Amino acid sequence: MDNVPPDDTIICRCSDVTRAELRAWIAHGLTSMDELKRLTRITMGPCQGRTCRHLVMQELAAVTGQPLEELTPSSFRQPLKGITLGAVADWVAKEKQEKEV
Amino acid sequence: MKQQAEVVIIGGGVVGCSIAYHLAQNGMKDVVLLERSYHASGSTGRCGAGVRQQWGTELNCRLAQGSCRDFETLREDLDYIADIEFKQGGYLLVAYTPQQVEQFKLNVALQNSLGIASRFCTPREAQEIVPHLNIEPLMAATFYHRDGHANPFHVTQAYADAAKRLGVEINLYTTVTAILTAKGKVTGVRTDQGDIACRVVVNAAGGQAKLIADMAGVEIPTISERHQILVTEPVDAFQGPMVMSFHHNTYCQQTPHGSFIMGLGDPREPQGQEIRSSWQFLKDMSDKITAMLPPLRNLRIVRQWAGLYHMTPDKSPILGSAPELEGFEMALGFSGHGFMISPMVARLMAAHILTLTHPDLDILQRLTVERFTRGDLIIEPSVV
Repeated sequence: MDNVPPDDTIICRCSDVTRAELRAWIAHGLTSMDELKRLTRITMGPCQGRTCRHLVMQELAAVTGQPLEELTPSSFRQPLKGITLGAVADWVAKEKQEKEV
Repeated sequence: MKQQAEVVIIGGGVVGCSIAYHLAQNGMKDVVLLERSYHASGSTGRCGAGVRQQWGTELNCRLAQGSCRDFETLREDLDYIADIEFKQGGYLLVAYTPQQVEQFKLNVALQNSLGIASRFCTPREAQEIVPHLNIEPLMAATFYHRDGHANPFHVTQAYADAAKRLGVEINLYTTVTAILTAKGKVTGVRTDQGDIACRVVVNAAGGQAKLIADMAGVEIPTISERHQILVTEPVDAFQGPMVMSFHHNTYCQQTPHGSFIMGLGDPREPQGQEIRSSWQFLKDMSDKITAMLPPLRNLRIVRQWAGLYHMTPDKSPILGSAPELEGFEMALGFSGHGFMISPMVARLMAAHILTLTHPDLDILQRLTVERFTRGDLIIEPSVV
């Protein structure tokens, strides 16, 4: 996003999203975790949102005045922990082999 | 929320928002857009984010070509506050059977005749374009360097912001419950937030468009079907083009952000509104993509999701008026490629609704729903 004031407080360390950028998007009219996630990539990095999800929700609650417990968290998507394409492919190959035996 | 408007658009995805923008841009500012959730929460935000001009029908080629021109300057034209992450790294389409090779030759000839400078490649040439491509079983490929990627969330937001500045009223978290009609004409829209009187309704509801058409009693020959995608962690850029195979029903592209987005069309997928992810997809996708692009083995999958393709019998969209209900306009049935052609679709829909002239309006006239009763199908052979 353009014209975001400098801020060295990083909210999402996977995607380097600062608190100032997050607040700029909230000021732009985004009211939910899901919207913020899609426009800034927060919670979508390798940590799967483990680090930032709660920080983002706290920010959203603080800025918009919505109670934290009334905010809907963004979807939790599989896989719960990063896994390589190769590891899954090897699992598929092993299953095929076992079927043949 | 307004209680009256000239035009009500149903759907806050890229199609609805871009139509709203072009209507307002052409002077029609009394427009209300309704979205049951948030922008791009449906098919737009779940799509593969590709922008391709290498199509197999004249109409799709022209829609994609005009749209790509729009994407090239969209951020400046819409005066948007963020990057739309537009990238032109090309599309490499790969063929594995003699029939696919023949189809590709036809496609390239068609594309070239329309000014899309795609080219036919040998497997060796394909490997020069994507060095890590496994060309073992490959017979041929086609490449166009101006195809690419754009971020669907930002493109939608860009159109929505610009439409709003021109006076369009956008109501998120507002669900349509009925289309109001009298004597064969649209008279309004009922929502969970109240009624809006209007003479024109635009159905741009993506995967839910059939449900909206049903509310209006308008028949459309479409079905919704789940398609799934996964994305990896971001890494340094090493794959310029989208690699797409109609044989494996897969596509895979590295985004400007560094992540790889990949999807797979499963012919066993039943029709319906299911949008949960499956383990089967994770397995099929990993199996196929590591065979096709072996170095991707080392990338970590961080997320998978699913969305709906809204399919027509010929896999081309349905645009324009419903014959049985005056004032009911349609931009739906995009069959998995709505995002990439939305800029042009919006221009044509706005021209059609406002009865303006447009040099490409023949495209819309040939994509009306009447083509199915006439038997005049526009069969798109190149869909994943």
